[in-house]
Amino acid sequence: MLAIIVKRIGNAALVMLVVAFIAFMIFQFLGDPVQLMLNAQASQEERVALRLRLGLDQPVVMQFFSFVIRAVQGDFGISFRNQREVMSLIAERFPATFELVMVSTVLALAIGVPLGVFAAINPKNPAARIARMISMVGVSVPAFVIGIVLILVFSVQLGWLPAFGRGEVVQFGTWSTGLLTPSGRLALIMPATSLALFQISFIMRLVTAEMLEVLRTDYVKFARARGLPDRIVHFRHALRNCMMPVVTMTGMLIGDLIAFALVTETVFQWPGMGLLFVQAVMFIDIPVMAAYLMIVSVIFITLNTIVDFIYLAVDPRLRQTGTAGGANVR
Amino acid sequence: MNAAFAPNEPPLDPPVLSIRDLRVEFPTRRGVLTAIRGVSLTIRRGEILGVVGESGAGKSLTGAAVIGLLEPPGRIAGGEIHVSGKRIDSLPRRQLMALRGKTIGAIFQDPLTSLNPLLTVGDQLVETIRCHLPLSRTEAARRAIDLLNEVGIPSPELRVGQYPHQFSGGMRQRVVIALALAAEPELVVADEPTTALDVSIQAQITGLLKRICRERGTAIMLVTHDMGVIAETADRVAVMYAGRIVEIGPVEDLIKRPQHPYTRGLIGSIPSLAARHERLAQIDGAMPRLNSMPAGCAFNPRCEIADARCRSDLPKLLPSGRGSVACWKLALAEAVEAA
Ligand SMILES: Nc1ncnc2c1ncn2[C@@H]1O[C@H](COP(=O)(O)OP(=O)(O)OP(=O)(O)O)[C@@H](O)[C@H]1O
Ligand SMILES: [Mg+2]
Repeated sequence: MLAIIVKRIGNAALVMLVVAFIAFMIFQFLGDPVQLMLNAQASQEERVALRLRLGLDQPVVMQFFSFVIRAVQGDFGISFRNQREVMSLIAERFPATFELVMVSTVLALAIGVPLGVFAAINPKNPAARIARMISMVGVSVPAFVIGIVLILVFSVQLGWLPAFGRGEVVQFGTWSTGLLTPSGRLALIMPATSLALFQISFIMRLVTAEMLEVLRTDYVKFARARGLPDRIVHFRHALRNCMMPVVTMTGMLIGDLIAFALVTETVFQWPGMGLLFVQAVMFIDIPVMAAYLMIVSVIFITLNTIVDFIYLAVDPRLRQTGTAGGANVR
Repeated sequence: MNAAFAPNEPPLDPPVLSIRDLRVEFPTRRGVLTAIRGVSLTIRRGEILGVVGESGAGKSLTGAAVIGLLEPPGRIAGGEIHVSGKRIDSLPRRQLMALRGKTIGAIFQDPLTSLNPLLTVGDQLVETIRCHLPLSRTEAARRAIDLLNEVGIPSPELRVGQYPHQFSGGMRQRVVIALALAAEPELVVADEPTTALDVSIQAQITGLLKRICRERGTAIMLVTHDMGVIAETADRVAVMYAGRIVEIGPVEDLIKRPQHPYTRGLIGSIPSLAARHERLAQIDGAMPRLNSMPAGCAFNPRCEIADARCRSDLPKLLPSGRGSVACWKLALAEAVEAA
């Protein structure tokens, strides 16, 4: 068991190192940093001094080594655009994205899983049919379209909800939250809904499909034959066996949303990492782009590792054989 | 009990299971398929009734109808099922569910897939026990250990905490049997309990079923297509063909003196049993499909001795010797018809 955990974490670290190398290559070779950081009038001495200061005279291996050391400490250099520490820029923006994604994920699980179970158990129920139809729309209409429609209806027409921004936020050290103020919560409603609509639909359809499959298995039939009540058959036996794909997909969804919150954040002018990245791309702000790549990878890898550990916790077969298939099982 | 439909029962001992003229149908787009076409049988306390027949004969469906687990759109379209004198086929769903596991236990074919892989064997036993008996968690856990012990699982105290994948196939089938017995049912329906197991382990499992039957007086319906298993385990045998019972009777009689031409073919096709006969018989052809049943006896297209009446009229299951047979070519059937 411990060996498996150590191996998983080792794998994660290895993947991280590869990503760091890619980020390093972008950082070092996508244009000359000295050229980008100094203005055209800088003297030759200034250029050489900066080269030395950035360690660019060192062999590439050494440069990569110190890049990793600095990255581990959260030092990604200075933004070209506004001359601030990249890490503090990201730390400023991360809570907004995180909060948005988490709220919509919680919504997705809290609504999607029960709906999915309901639709699987009562396939002919009219309410279940309607839910399945709506979920069809939910998975096929892009979030930004939903966002724009929401803005048109609730901000422009009705004037109930703010069309952009995060509202008032409360600061806890470096973390800022909008969940504690009325305006913050109001501002969260539309962006979270437009993200969650896809997630809810997706999770619901996934749970329904998995449940229908598990309900046909022998062990569910045998559980019925033993006279166990529906409640136990459905939730203790069937749902538990559907949880693997749901956990995997939820992990991937969270990762996707954090990485690709760009669109929603742009539509709602949500001051998150996605917006930061969009701005960085427009200004070719390479340190920010490299750091963004690293942070998003850390999030992905962490989520995957967590998913693997949930697998281990749920499925005894994986614990024993030590061949945890992890997130790639399906 | 009506003597007419249970011709070979001694009157003293009311049967645990009695099925009368059971019909099971599948409504499909192209008409209704009748898969079970009038099956009647009884099983007494402490008796093992073997049910044999080739694939598609309707053995599993008969068992599923008794447990009340026919898969939709399959439905009981006629006849009656009584368990310990109580009619169960017409019960509302809720009451039928209360019988499942409590009065009627079930054992399925594949022990590898019958157990939930994510729950320990103990968890599955305890939930089943507590669903039927008013026991506390600790009492149920103790009973779970006793049950594992009874079905012959070594060091049950250790085994209750383990997951199904930690058991071998034979051991898993023992767990499945323990689960089926959890609430001491009067009747157990075992659908091919040994088919998925190694030959060496098959004998252990049939031995266990036999012991349970003797010790607890459980009535067992043992569905299989293995005549060898039947010969070893069953007290009486029902031979099914195309949704009907063609012959039923004590196992020794049926194996030594099969009466129905189909039973004769079936017995003849088993090398070990056929050694007593002169040649190894083969039944040519295949069982008719549900949507193209021949008129008369369903076996007539494959029967060597079929005549005109076999091709027009359906023979009834009538007493013959110590059992009953449905065949026009037997003297008794003709005599009854003439009377
Ligand atoms: N869902 C269904 N729809 C239509 N026909 C069905 C369905 N399930 C079973 N049947 C038919 O009912 C008949 C009896 O099936 P059953 O499973 O009882 O056979 P069996 O005797 O148990 O055979 P086997 O030895 O293969 O298990 C078969 O002809 C089968 O085609
Ligand atoms: Mg079968």
